[in-house]
Amino acid sequence: MSKFRTNILICGGTGCIASDSDKVIKNFNLILKARGYDEEVQVIKTGCFGFCEQGPIVKIEPDNVFYVRVQPKDAAEIVDEHIIKGRKVERLLYEEPRKHEKIEQHKNMLFYKKQLRIALRNCGLINPEDIYEYIAFNGYDALGRSLTKMTPDEVIETIKKSGLRGRGGGGFPTGLKWEYTRKSEGTIKYIICNADEGDPGAFMDRSILEGDPHSVIEAMTIGGYAIGANEGIVYIRAEYPLAIERLTIAINQARDLGLLGKNIFGTDFRFDITLKYGAGAFVCGEETALINSVEGKRGEPSNKPPYPAQEGYWDRPTCVNNVETFANIPSIILKGSDWFSSIGTEKSKGTKVFALAGKVNNVGLVEVPMGTTLREIIYDIGGGIFNNHKFKAVQTGGPSGGVITEEHLDTPIDYEHLIEVGSMMGSGGMIVMDETNCMVNIAKFYLEFTMDESCGRCTPCRVGTKRMHEFLEKITSGKGTMEDLDALKQLSYMIKDGSLCGLGQTAPNPVLSTMKYFWDEYIAHVKDKHCPTGECTHLAKYSIDPDKCVGCTACAKVCPVDCISGEVKRTHVIDQSRCIKCGACFDTCKFSAVIKP
Amino acid sequence: MMANDLPKEKFDALEKYIDSFQSTKGTLIEVLHKAQDLFGYLPRDVQLFVARKLGIPGAEVFGVVSFYSYFTTKPEGKHSISVCMGTACFVKGADKILDQLKEKLEIVSGETTKDDLFTLKEVRCIGACGLAPVVMVDGKVYGRVKTDDIDTIIDTYRK
Repeated sequence: MSKFRTNILICGGTGCIASDSDKVIKNFNLILKARGYDEEVQVIKTGCFGFCEQGPIVKIEPDNVFYVRVQPKDAAEIVDEHIIKGRKVERLLYEEPRKHEKIEQHKNMLFYKKQLRIALRNCGLINPEDIYEYIAFNGYDALGRSLTKMTPDEVIETIKKSGLRGRGGGGFPTGLKWEYTRKSEGTIKYIICNADEGDPGAFMDRSILEGDPHSVIEAMTIGGYAIGANEGIVYIRAEYPLAIERLTIAINQARDLGLLGKNIFGTDFRFDITLKYGAGAFVCGEETALINSVEGKRGEPSNKPPYPAQEGYWDRPTCVNNVETFANIPSIILKGSDWFSSIGTEKSKGTKVFALAGKVNNVGLVEVPMGTTLREIIYDIGGGIFNNHKFKAVQTGGPSGGVITEEHLDTPIDYEHLIEVGSMMGSGGMIVMDETNCMVNIAKFYLEFTMDESCGRCTPCRVGTKRMHEFLEKITSGKGTMEDLDALKQLSYMIKDGSLCGLGQTAPNPVLSTMKYFWDEYIAHVKDKHCPTGECTHLAKYSIDPDKCVGCTACAKVCPVDCISGEVKRTHVIDQSRCIKCGACFDTCKFSAVIKP
Repeated sequence: MMANDLPKEKFDALEKYIDSFQSTKGTLIEVLHKAQDLFGYLPRDVQLFVARKLGIPGAEVFGVVSFYSYFTTKPEGKHSISVCMGTACFVKGADKILDQLKEKLEIVSGETTKDDLFTLKEVRCIGACGLAPVVMVDGKVYGRVKTDDIDTIIDTYRK
């Protein structure tokens, strides 16, 4: 790297590639070559910077200037102005939405200020397809130290003392899991990386695999050494082609350098990793279901005990950890358990990555110390609610979690506190909703998901989620009764108690928590036959505000059933008896004169 | 669908792939991935071929094929249109985009248009939440899609 005076880091994560970052990279290379600077300046395709809202992102090092929303055509200007003449391109700098000031260094942006990156430490910093860049940032140092200076028990002890807990949702102490697997009898053991990210709205595991695959490979090898496994398996979604590609490249590079294979670091320890592809089943995130799927079978969960630590893959002791959990391991080995446990709250140590999305200004991937409040994440890092709307609720834990309202925004985030307020950590999806989102509709959305994804093995989940969805369908179409609400609640508790695995046990959570905090909305749907947000189209009611209507006729033209009448420049009126509640007039009106009650 | 409609070269390629395993124990899902790559879908005859080669009952193969949403038993259209129904896209109105597509293409999710041009799919989070709501046609992602954009997107692939 020393040969180059400047590095241009360009995000090659899925979000930025979707906004043409590949073309940005191509243009930078073409223009640098045309201007004769390709010997001095290097273009590096990195992993995700996390600030997906502002993508594609281009960072110039060592100047430490952060350009946002860079289009392919902007490459010429950045090269001519910044690289050649040394003048920053002002218009491409990030603008703080509240104060309207331009910020050139990412560390000064509110989005990054409160973040602490451990699992994502290399994402957006290194080229994930080059093992030497990972090594330059202390990569494989932790593996070397573990193999040559520590016994397996010392490794386990370090992880135990660090307080690291599973980041996939359950929050089980990682060190303890390793210890159980180590102590299980058997000569053949396995370590599996769960990369079957299923929560619709969480994409941290994918970003880590795309942006820093070696950290997972290194951690799995350390884990293999600690528990006594010589074989590792990454179970990854087939829907993640880029992550699969980068992981495959990384594994091959590690093999070439002897970091996987026989006699690693000159010891007699051997370890190798293979990939197994998932095929689209949410339930496979559950470890026993995952193991069945790795064995090529239907991904249905089995009864526990026996736990995988006793009898897992092909009935051998197996340890299953999540991607983000693994990504923390090398730093813990290098910096020590005391360092890690100094971060976070009493029972939840370290950091957690969240996929912040929905109605916030700064959508993206954020990593914060445990104990950060939801308010800090949504308002400081997230930049507040989109379009100056009002905050209504935030859903954590995906389809297994619940909603958290305004009154609990100052809750410090950790495993225990989130459960206390009726939600859960989950894998780290964080969806912000504003006053235009109907909570009954959201509950129905999640139920539809769990109903589709229920594997069918146990009756409470298979039949129960379907029945719950039917109730919600009835309520949102205006046919619900108060008895239905009671039955829905009762059914929820039955499914929670009676289901075999985590999917069913948590499936009713979105319904129970929205019922708890937004009971009035359920009542409005049932008693008044009215959806306060207008999202449930059957129960919406549109009208025209005579003070705002300018008589432009746009709504009348777009109405599919011609039920809007009025002359040019006169107030228009909707004929309620004929209105089919399609919402076309609402979407069309430029004067906000069409109102949903 | 009869076996003779399916090209023999592809069966040969699949056979070669299966024979490359030292042991076929636990390889069913991998083999099905390969088969779907080759044929584009998993018709009955392909499933039975896999069952015979691996020495397992056809029912077991079908059980796995029908369990996972990634596997499909129907041929797909020339272009696949996937609407992201992840939560981030949903709260930003992905359901309305999907309704519009259903109406325009006159099919429901999972179906293929009569002219075999488009297959409509609902997918769960493709990880471009910053661009929500998102529609993906073949590999290309369209971000911040509005219902008005649908016609333009479809027409690009009609030619």
